[in-house]
Amino acid sequence: MSTGETTRQPEAQRDDVVALNDALLAGPRPPRPSAFAATAAFGWRGMLKIKHVPEQLIDATITPVLFLLMFTYLFGGAVAGSTSDYLEYLLPGVLAQSVLFTCVYSGVSLNTDVTKGIVDRFRSLPIWRPAPLVGAVLGDGVRYVLAAVVVVLLGLVMGFRPEAGVPGTVAAIALVVVFAFGLSWVFTAIGMVLRSPNAVLNTGFMALFPLIFLSNVFVEPSTLPGWLEAFVDVNPVSHLVTAVRDLMQGDAAAGRIALVLGEAAALVAIFAPLTVRLYRGKS
Amino acid sequence: MSTALAIEATGLAKRFGDTRAVDGVDLAVARGAVYGVLGPNGAGKTTTIRILATLLRPDGGSARVLGHDVVAEADAVRGRVSLTGQLASVDDELTGRENLILLGRLLGYRTAQAKARADDLLDAFGLANAAGRLVKSYSGGMRRRLDVAGSIVVTPELLFLDEPTTGLDPRSRNQVWEIVRALAAQGTTVLLCTQYLDEADQLADRIAVIDHGKAIAEGTPAQLKTSVGQGTLHVRLLDPALRDDARQLLARALDAEVALEADPTALSVPVADAERASEAVAELARAGLGLASFSLAQPSLDEVFLALTGHPPDDEAEDDEEVAA
Repeated sequence: MSTGETTRQPEAQRDDVVALNDALLAGPRPPRPSAFAATAAFGWRGMLKIKHVPEQLIDATITPVLFLLMFTYLFGGAVAGSTSDYLEYLLPGVLAQSVLFTCVYSGVSLNTDVTKGIVDRFRSLPIWRPAPLVGAVLGDGVRYVLAAVVVVLLGLVMGFRPEAGVPGTVAAIALVVVFAFGLSWVFTAIGMVLRSPNAVLNTGFMALFPLIFLSNVFVEPSTLPGWLEAFVDVNPVSHLVTAVRDLMQGDAAAGRIALVLGEAAALVAIFAPLTVRLYRGKS
Repeated sequence: MSTALAIEATGLAKRFGDTRAVDGVDLAVARGAVYGVLGPNGAGKTTTIRILATLLRPDGGSARVLGHDVVAEADAVRGRVSLTGQLASVDDELTGRENLILLGRLLGYRTAQAKARADDLLDAFGLANAAGRLVKSYSGGMRRRLDVAGSIVVTPELLFLDEPTTGLDPRSRNQVWEIVRALAAQGTTVLLCTQYLDEADQLADRIAVIDHGKAIAEGTPAQLKTSVGQGTLHVRLLDPALRDDARQLLARALDAEVALEADPTALSVPVADAERASEAVAELARAGLGLASFSLAQPSLDEVFLALTGHPPDDEAEDDEEVAA
């Protein structure tokens, strides 16, 4: 059945007992890890998962990639007069969409840990208690960057040329990733409340779709009926996408960026303590 | 500060909604002992262990583990105990080696030390060949061994083991037992929750039997077994028509009540000692009541329960959910 369970000879078994007894003598106990070291270990765990389970990243990225292709070539001419003009408008929005969908998986991973029981192990360790959460969210930052890079590369292939060049694009990706850190705490809180990883995935996507569609990702809000335009204007996703467009076009307004950073900070301030509380109280 | 007791619990209580999962449990576990907590699903074993491992706050009573209060000094307790939970606490999406390296780092080893420790443990637990495989491809026994290995990355003073062999094949079960014995020989105190009398009997120095959140008996395995007799004689006949004759003969020979089982050829009877049981079997054969098979079984948990409580254990899994490990 497995490579580790072949039939053994008696003398091999005696060797095993010796090895077992040696292994039990762990030597002196190391000092407790610092909060930073524990968080880094969990970040490392998150990155290993990207390596071992790349499907999650592909799942989260494939929808935005399809949207980018479909909207550009199908609707670009109708919406913006030409596909290349529309790509200029659309790409920053899809960049945000791609990263925000990836955020949902922060909640899915946490829920998996809770339902599989490994959280018990982590909670019984003498470590800084939020380390599993903070480390996981920071490790997910790598996913966000990968998702963003995929969209930008595809855009470049399709003819997208950001006016602000590399510095503007890097700044735009950085802003999206920072906002994603804030939003991911919403999904970790959802991940602590719902019963299965799939429920978290479905709820997360259901919540994100209206926020993404009812924003300025795909169309100019001025073309919408007044009541809808009003919603789009207060939608934080619109604020993010506007700031990202500004950064990529090289005319970033400090006020708009500050608004996005403030919204991200507000999400962290509300949902990070909530998640930590739910995590501690989990029985 | 050092006390002779590793665990000292008085009147522990925990309720979930209307269910009293733990309802006044007292425990006194000596340092260096293997202490068995025996009970059916839903008896409150897992809840008790989770309170003692600082994962749950008790609603009532108090407990000191290695001299520290589990609520007020939870962090001090965490630094000295390990828990192998009922759900194997391993990460399916990492390799076995990565699981142990992660725990090593979380316990304070630097990365290089954590790797060396992981490799030692993988060797000792017979997992070296599977070290680089994702844990989701492991068998139940391999997962369990990895889980126990994770609990001793740093040798704990006290190890909590919650049903370590439920769902394992006999071979894997023996391997886990071997590990528990080796740990105990090194002086680690072990609190072992189990549904199997056999397991508690093999490993534990003392056993507490719990039912409906209360400890209903406590003692050495020998004391507990004496309270239920030596065990049960199971007999199968070749001819179901002769079962009533066999019942009468056994009842007379063993002076005990004979139970007729669902199988029309089968009977069982509690016996006080093995010698009388073998004489009774010989008498059956002499009387020409052809035997298909017979066996003398240790008292089962069901029988211990029946003897202690007067009712069989009812399986209303409240918190100790059955796990296919």
